[in-house]
Amino acid sequence: MSQIKLTTPFSEAVVENLRIGQRVLLSGTIYTGRDAAHKKMVELLDQGKELPIPLVGQVIYYVGPSPAKPGRVIGSAGPTTSGRMDPYAPRLIALGLKGMIGKGKRSPEVIKAMKQYKAVYFAAVGGAAALISRSIKACRVVAYPELGPEAVHELVVEDFPLIVVNDVLGGDLYEEGTKIYAAR
Amino acid sequence: MRNIPASEITGTVAGLCQQANYQLGEDVLTAIKNAGEQEISLTGRDILQQLLKNAEIAREESVPMCQDTGFAVVFLELGQEVHVTGGDLYEAVNEGVRRGYVEGYLRKSIVGDPLNRKNTGDNTPAVIHTRIVPGDKLRIVVAPKGGGSENMSAIKMLKPAEGVAGVKNFVLETVKAAGPNPCPPVVVGVGIGGTFEKAALLAKESLLRPVGRPSPDPVLAALENELLEAVNATGIGPQGLGGLTTALAVHIETYPCHIASLPVAVNLNCHASRHKEAII
Ligand code: SF4
Repeated sequence: MSQIKLTTPFSEAVVENLRIGQRVLLSGTIYTGRDAAHKKMVELLDQGKELPIPLVGQVIYYVGPSPAKPGRVIGSAGPTTSGRMDPYAPRLIALGLKGMIGKGKRSPEVIKAMKQYKAVYFAAVGGAAALISRSIKACRVVAYPELGPEAVHELVVEDFPLIVVNDVLGGDLYEEGTKIYAAR
Repeated sequence: MRNIPASEITGTVAGLCQQANYQLGEDVLTAIKNAGEQEISLTGRDILQQLLKNAEIAREESVPMCQDTGFAVVFLELGQEVHVTGGDLYEAVNEGVRRGYVEGYLRKSIVGDPLNRKNTGDNTPAVIHTRIVPGDKLRIVVAPKGGGSENMSAIKMLKPAEGVAGVKNFVLETVKAAGPNPCPPVVVGVGIGGTFEKAALLAKESLLRPVGRPSPDPVLAALENELLEAVNATGIGPQGLGGLTTALAVHIETYPCHIASLPVAVNLNCHASRHKEAII
């Protein structure tokens, strides 16, 4: 199966060409965030303050890694359930976020925002956390260190294997894929 | 009476926490391999390959197979002729969890209060289920349980008239509602009967059985098979992206129940179906 190599940050043209089911190898800088960090970021936006990370063209990975063993860049780092970030995601997408990585279905609101503002959602393989950590070449905390594994990290990734689940056309691989293989 | 020092229990639990998170059982590996041979979705096949590779890396490098190293669920079978010396049994278990998670670079995923949600920092306390049994041994099973799959589990008090058909429906509904969230392929643990809490415990205990080993009861074994086929006919597939491998196995445990009730609990486990045991 062919895989598309992509590098962050994303231009609108790159995002517009992605389609559900495509396999991607992602390289470049991405940011991590779980619900606690999203909540804090949206609070900053409410107060009219600046975010600790850039958003335009960027990708957020929903992950809370296990602690790094000595001499390692990061611990095991597979995706967490994206639904918990659904209440916050449309706000970030409207501000220019172009990609999200996680596992599990997104809400209709997030899917609508992806269509309207041109963004995509990728699935990483849930539970393949030791394998994924090999694609992560650098890691540093950029905000909320007090949140531990839930802090916002800046990651440099190389050929991180992903699958496009939601595209700018409103497609949803969770729905489509299941339909194809469901016995009638 | 046989004396077992609390410190030995602590050391054993610490080791089991780490082994369970680093070493995926042969039963699960074999089930994933077999599923890969039958999977017709190319993406699905590739995902199953990635899971095998992931398990290999985790085992070789002694790192957790999944970053969610789980709630430490500990089953104790305490022989009635055992005397625990030098400390409190449950504190010994919790100290083992603490040590296992801190020294093993496992993630600390427990908040001390469900409402104010402050992390305890050492993954304690464990959830401990104890049974007193004949004999002078202590059997300890550590089964770290991830949040993604636990969150998609469900329980329902059926009417007895709903019978087997009702049970099947509820299992399928639960798997479908879970979709991609519990990281399929899953192991479906089903508890039927008992009371509200007993059904849930049966479902969890069924997950301790080696993956794919059928129930010794032929009627239940047939029901397990039928349910596995039905679950895999949903099309959910590996990671919920479509395919034939939604579950690796369905395990059912039952218990007598009240004339007025038919409780059914479904405890989903992800492919990181972890459990390790030791006997002291
Ligand atoms: S559901 Fe299981 S495999 Fe998936 S992230 Fe949670 S613990 Fe890991």
